[in-house]
Amino acid sequence: MKAAPFDYHLAENLSHTKNLLKEYGDDVKLIAGGQSLVPMMAMRLAKPSHLIDIARIDELQLISSLEESIRIGAGVKQCVLENHPLTSQIPLLSAVVPWIGHHQTRNRGTIGGSLAHADPSAELPLIAVILQAKIHCENIDTQRINSAKDFFLGPMWTTLEAQECLTHIDWPIWHGTGIGYAFEETSIRQGDFAMASAATQLQVDASGKLMRIHCGVGGMGGTPYSFEDMTSPLIGQTLSKELIHGFSEQAIQQTEPATDLHANAAYRRNLAKTLLRRTIEQSLAMATSSFQHHLR
Amino acid sequence: MKNISINLQVNGKQVSSNIEPRTSLVDFLRDELRLTGTHVGCEHGICGACTVLLNGGPVRSCCMFAVQANGLEVTTVEGLAPERGQLSKIQDAFCEKHGLQCGFCTPGMLITCQALINKNPHPSEAEIRDAISGNLCRCTGYQQIVDAVVFATKETS
Repeated sequence: MKAAPFDYHLAENLSHTKNLLKEYGDDVKLIAGGQSLVPMMAMRLAKPSHLIDIARIDELQLISSLEESIRIGAGVKQCVLENHPLTSQIPLLSAVVPWIGHHQTRNRGTIGGSLAHADPSAELPLIAVILQAKIHCENIDTQRINSAKDFFLGPMWTTLEAQECLTHIDWPIWHGTGIGYAFEETSIRQGDFAMASAATQLQVDASGKLMRIHCGVGGMGGTPYSFEDMTSPLIGQTLSKELIHGFSEQAIQQTEPATDLHANAAYRRNLAKTLLRRTIEQSLAMATSSFQHHLR
Repeated sequence: MKNISINLQVNGKQVSSNIEPRTSLVDFLRDELRLTGTHVGCEHGICGACTVLLNGGPVRSCCMFAVQANGLEVTTVEGLAPERGQLSKIQDAFCEKHGLQCGFCTPGMLITCQALINKNPHPSEAEIRDAISGNLCRCTGYQQIVDAVVFATKETS
């Protein structure tokens, strides 16, 4: 359980990083918090010859407010997201942080690291997909922006190229009253990989009719699922228990969960359906009560 | 593979070394500095036995390379007591409430609990359980560990 030998490079800034990435080509890994990479190196599932440490690059640590979104640097630690004044404008993101690993891992692990690692059961990829975050990647020549949905290609597989660095993520802000959100997860023990997870963010008008809903599940296939394409029949409706049940049932049918030691595919589907239903119900309750507070 | 020179503060003392980049922080503490109080358990970030404070926050020292701690401050279980031969408040509470059986998880538990108390001097039982959720005790002695933290943090009138 010791990592294979490698050369260590401390990157001074982003352009230094991109130069190093170009120099070492395919046999290189970026490390920030290392909470997934170091265990993989210890188990020798990863054996890069070069490690570029990007944890001390100031420009990757920034959190700033744009007009319609909050921009979060890839090197921002997960523990920072929980209480940062700007991330409160992306409340679902803050709400999900306590579910990521444990205190010890959140003190090192970064937001960009979680997204680049792309574990299908991880929390941040699911939230990025359903909130339609924009992921910015750069190599020495070009910059590009990927929608989160297109960024994830499969388990531990994204559109990131060997010489690219994920630099920052833009999280859209939802404005107005009547917004509700919720996250639910089941795992073998607290902080462990999710057996299944679900998240919802929605907005209703003053009469309780649904204006928009973003929802999805994690741990149910190679990438997080977003059910956005299926939500149009719900828009403009007052969500009844039956509607939510029916939608959850139908949505989960398109997932392709794996069977493993802890749960078979049928169990996972049943679990994810329940979690999805709960997050919609909780979001709706929160959204509706926000009007009551408003009126008072 | 080139060695790297590092300089960091461990338990208040400045230490320097020239190490292989692949040396984990826990191996550096134990093998180079002979601070064997920090235990190495699973070596892949599951058990929490190797928890140390890095610039005041609890981290798993098996899940980072010592080079990544260059210039930072590390506190190990050896750094908790005010003086040699004495116990810190939380160490004393573990004794008092029998917060350990085999003792393997204890250094990690102590550091994790100390980090909790530093941030939250009077944690609820739920907060204590949340804080130690990243530390495994295979003797399953969690109840006494929670009791110890409650004992160490109860308000004295």
